[in-house]
Amino acid sequence: MTEHLAALQVVIPLLCAPICMLVRYRDWSWSVALFGSWSCLAISWLLLQQVMTSGVISYHMGNWVPPIGIEYRIDEINAFVLLIVSAIGAIVTPYARESVRAEFGVNRVYMFYTSYMLCLCGLLGVTITGDAFNLFVFLEISSLSSYVLIAMGKDRRALKAAYQYLILGTIGATFIVIGIGLLYAETGTLNMADLANKLSKNPINKTIGTAFGFLFVGISLKLALFPLHLWLPNAYTFAPSVVSAFLAATATKVAVYVLLRFLFTIFDIKISFGVLPLESVLLALSIVAMFVASVVAIFQPNIKRMLAYSSVAQIGYVILGISFININGLAAGIIHLFNHALIKGGMFLAVGCLFYKIASVNIDKLAGIGRRMPLTMAAFVVGGLGLIGVPLTAGFISKWYLIIGALDRGLWWAAVLILLSSLLAVIYIWRVVEVAYLKPSPDGNNHIEDAPPSMLIPTWVLIGSSIYFGINTDLTVGVAKQAARQLLGGG
Amino acid sequence: MTGSTAIAFAIGLPIFGVILILLNDRYPNIRDTVTLTISGCLALIVFGMVPEVTSGGRPTLTFLEIIPGLPIAFKVEPLGMLFAMVASGLWVVTTFYSIGYMRSHHEVKQTRFYACFAIAISSAMGICFAGNMLTLFIFYEILTISTYPLVIHSETKEAVKAGRTYLGLLIGTSVAFLLLAIVWTWFLTGTLDFTPGGILKEKADGPILGILLFLYMYGIGKAALMPIHRWLPAAMVAPTPVSALLHAVAVVKAGVFTVLKVIVYIFGTDTLAGIGQDDWLMYIAAFTVIVASCVALTKDNLKARLAYSTVSQLSYIILGAALANSLGIIGGGMHIAMHAFGKITLFFCAGAILVASHKTEISEMKGLGRIMPLTFTAFFIGSLSVIGLPPLGGSWSKWYLMLSASEAGLVFFMLIFMLSSLLNIAYLMPVVARGFFSAPEKPEHHDTNKPVGFWNGLNIGKIHEAPPFCLFAMAITSGGCILLFFYADKIYKMLAPVAGIQG
Repeated sequence: MTEHLAALQVVIPLLCAPICMLVRYRDWSWSVALFGSWSCLAISWLLLQQVMTSGVISYHMGNWVPPIGIEYRIDEINAFVLLIVSAIGAIVTPYARESVRAEFGVNRVYMFYTSYMLCLCGLLGVTITGDAFNLFVFLEISSLSSYVLIAMGKDRRALKAAYQYLILGTIGATFIVIGIGLLYAETGTLNMADLANKLSKNPINKTIGTAFGFLFVGISLKLALFPLHLWLPNAYTFAPSVVSAFLAATATKVAVYVLLRFLFTIFDIKISFGVLPLESVLLALSIVAMFVASVVAIFQPNIKRMLAYSSVAQIGYVILGISFININGLAAGIIHLFNHALIKGGMFLAVGCLFYKIASVNIDKLAGIGRRMPLTMAAFVVGGLGLIGVPLTAGFISKWYLIIGALDRGLWWAAVLILLSSLLAVIYIWRVVEVAYLKPSPDGNNHIEDAPPSMLIPTWVLIGSSIYFGINTDLTVGVAKQAARQLLGGG
Repeated sequence: MTGSTAIAFAIGLPIFGVILILLNDRYPNIRDTVTLTISGCLALIVFGMVPEVTSGGRPTLTFLEIIPGLPIAFKVEPLGMLFAMVASGLWVVTTFYSIGYMRSHHEVKQTRFYACFAIAISSAMGICFAGNMLTLFIFYEILTISTYPLVIHSETKEAVKAGRTYLGLLIGTSVAFLLLAIVWTWFLTGTLDFTPGGILKEKADGPILGILLFLYMYGIGKAALMPIHRWLPAAMVAPTPVSALLHAVAVVKAGVFTVLKVIVYIFGTDTLAGIGQDDWLMYIAAFTVIVASCVALTKDNLKARLAYSTVSQLSYIILGAALANSLGIIGGGMHIAMHAFGKITLFFCAGAILVASHKTEISEMKGLGRIMPLTFTAFFIGSLSVIGLPPLGGSWSKWYLMLSASEAGLVFFMLIFMLSSLLNIAYLMPVVARGFFSAPEKPEHHDTNKPVGFWNGLNIGKIHEAPPFCLFAMAITSGGCILLFFYADKIYKMLAPVAGIQG
């Protein structure tokens, strides 16, 4: 059984999806999704333990030996990303029960869980696979199911947002498949380890350069690197609450993982940062993202859209860390991947609680909500402090390593910019705090009516863990540093 | 109780108090008793640590490591001990005052007020006892956030606007400059522990030290060095007990305390004096001393005038630290205590005047000294101490600061201290003079229909004084100003090891 864990990680949610469809009745399909997501969490935890103790796991699908067969290959970095994705999935599912029932028609609930399981399966598959084409297939599974999930939003604009995402996402996917195709043409293999091996021996030619260009742009679109982020704000704003939280915490993170995989494992650092001045490109784009997206977030009347722009800015931090190409910077990127997933996921869940009660997430509807829904708003504020990077929150740890990475690289001005941009977060978070706590409710309604426990508990689990990982960093820093060392080829 | 447990209790007890305060939301008498008891216990715990520390003990306490090699750690040393004594001792007095003030003024949301107050004190204790710069930074930020609800207490538009200035400047400077300085120090030295002699010695060359000094000094926004002092006058919208304890003692002193700690234990006075990168700091501090005093002269609002006076007095301490010799450190450390007693008395009086006669502007206070003789006497004593005249505590710290300037051979700064004293007289004495010697403009007619009762003030004949709880607090602090004149040598002896003077 244990030797098949790698396969089960993907197979379980893949099987749960049609079962959700077949049982149809809303609570049954929810139970199936609950079982699926929690067993994924258990499996990814076991896999991480196994990787940490006994090194890289290589699983051969159907016993076909790579590079002919498909290989699932798990090292520190993707074991960690698997844990992030499955943990978010497991925490969001209990929350979904109330939220989905309220936001979807009762008869459409099973459709949500079906697409949700497919999306989870796709994201886990992208992360676990060691085969470049297989990665593309799973990326499409997750993307197609997320178009469906977004389109399920109550607001009619959700359809437009999903369509926009569909077009841009497909362009991204096409670029990726072109890049993979070119690599296959050049090397005759699709297995990542094999690709890396062959690419390091071949001299760099135009085909490889072109493949790299296509892959870089395609993946950047998927991870919403500024200025290719245009699909993201609408998608997060109009998607159902659960979907916003789930996608914000997982989809872009997985895309960042894919970028890391291609930049550092498949292409050598020499190719990745030698062919193009990628280092400066990433540095510049991420800093622009940090500032522009944060400033835009300040002026958003819709909180979900504000959080979406904040996500674009936070992805900037992750990419900035990667662009330093040193242990601390890369570790900071990976740590922030995890921390931001917790913080932003928790905040979107809190916003979902607000939407559940007052059916709006516009900032002017939130006057006095801090008194009416104290636990929900407290979660939002604590999450916001994490985004700002206040000490004792997870965001502080990310920022700490990011600055060390910048100083390590001799880029002290980047360190200054990191800190200045986090002040912009103070502004957009405090804007909400002032309205929620300091303005009287419009109808003088002050009695407490918080969201139901089944929604509050998952919200607080995420927010609480963002505090926990701000105080105890053994897991995050330990794994991230090891992963960074491995990516940089230090073993 | 051992030193380590005492540290844990000093930080934990106020937090425990918060829980009790919140639970007793509906029972104001129990709630206020809880606050009083907790503050009393805290003072006992803190003062209980004094013998061990003065005899050379350095109790430590270490929690888990947040970042590998960088734990949350506490270590009590004399400077922190002194600040903790001042903050915890004055918390007891302020609690008495708050009970009188808040009830008499019929303030709303008193539970939130007392709860946030206790969190602020707990974080002030954390700052006092912090063993490394990261721990100090963490509590520094908690202090900022926990005082925000106190600043916006009234929740008026004006208060919210002031709250923005407060939070913007304090969080902004601490994140943009202080955090960068801390990470940079860690990057250069691999440690953040407060070490006698400094940790940056020989780890960085002159220009880098100069930049770091700039980042630290402007990162510690709570020290209110110009031009980042704006948050302090803005914070005056808070209820007076907050202005008194937090914005004359705990918060601002946490700022200058951090300045002293950074200069003594991070840079090391010898390193700093050796490289000559701190001249600009002396001039900026001197500039702040004089300009803030001049601004204070122009303010008619009593609390605003006192706020600018605080800005000016804080820079005394920064100047003392920047002089980077042992007398400067002793003078600066002593001024933390001396100015605390003087300024808190003045704020208590300002609050008492507001409560008893509803006056905030100095021009309205003509002849008020005859109606509120006790308050104005206390104000007189506090003023003399802030000016630095014997037989009041404030004279000693100024004495050492001036000696320090002369030891450094910088007569210019001696003149600054003297000029500043003159300016202090110019902006504080008119309040007293107007109160006692000017005739009231029109007869007070609303005296008769004032509500009378224990919580509303003391009325005897023509005298209409503040509530007894407030008067009691003022008596203690103004008495403290006098006592400190006679016990200044104790502080000197306590701080001597920090400044590198033996015995």
